[in-house]
Amino acid sequence: MANKEAVGKQGPSFDMAVERGKIREFARATMSANPDYLADEHPPVPPTFLTTSSFWTPPEAAALWKEIDIDLRRLLHGEQEYVFPKGPPRAGTKLTAQSRVESIYEKEGKRGGTMTFVVTVTDFTDDAGELVAQARSTAIETGRPPA
Amino acid sequence: MTLPDKQYGPLTRTDFVRYQGASGDFNPIHHDEAFAKSAGFPTVFSVGMLQAGILASYCTDQFGADNVRRFKVQFREQVWPDDVLTCSGAVVKEYEADGERRVDLELTVTRQTGGVAIRGEATFAATGA
Repeated sequence: MANKEAVGKQGPSFDMAVERGKIREFARATMSANPDYLADEHPPVPPTFLTTSSFWTPPEAAALWKEIDIDLRRLLHGEQEYVFPKGPPRAGTKLTAQSRVESIYEKEGKRGGTMTFVVTVTDFTDDAGELVAQARSTAIETGRPPA
Repeated sequence: MTLPDKQYGPLTRTDFVRYQGASGDFNPIHHDEAFAKSAGFPTVFSVGMLQAGILASYCTDQFGADNVRRFKVQFREQVWPDDVLTCSGAVVKEYEADGERRVDLELTVTRQTGGVAIRGEATFAATGA
């Protein structure tokens, strides 16, 4: 059972440099041979690329998940969404990212036990402070371990 | 309008590890056989975000990397070593927004068993055609 007091809490703000080599590595790992990613000198990021922001999060970011207080052994990734209001950022862009807990709610599981849903949102802004991308992640704490 | 299906795989443990290195998600359940078995699984299984990323590649191959405006996935069945995944989709809506032509897509990643690994939806800018 997660701590609902965590709703609205923010993690630390951190910088993320969007890099060509990382985009190339990610495109290949997700089985894309698209020249938009591999040949362009300033390629756009693939739709799920901002998951690599984990390489940029400072150690203090873990405190947000401690605050949420869910059992990591019972954690499943339920949903993931990325929104790019003006299209994906390109290599060479410096982004500033910050996560927050958007909502926490419960549902009865089909196989017994209460499932807890934790929705976190990460905003990615550019140097001008404009919203470039938003990532929304739904984590599910199952009533019992997934196994 | 239905999009042409595309198959990926059979997926290997190396594919999982390569994605984990690229993404930074080093959960051992996706590469450490002993760990996966101790957690009650028959073997390691794929990272959900790998099949999400493959589905994203399927979309950007058809609509262009610059044109993505929204991409959303819901994780369903797990994906296992040797699975062959089929990405499929359809344009369900065409409209004008923010001064550009857009299409909404409904997407699915299906395993060779017929089981659904991912249900997805996406919005792309429609350039040309």
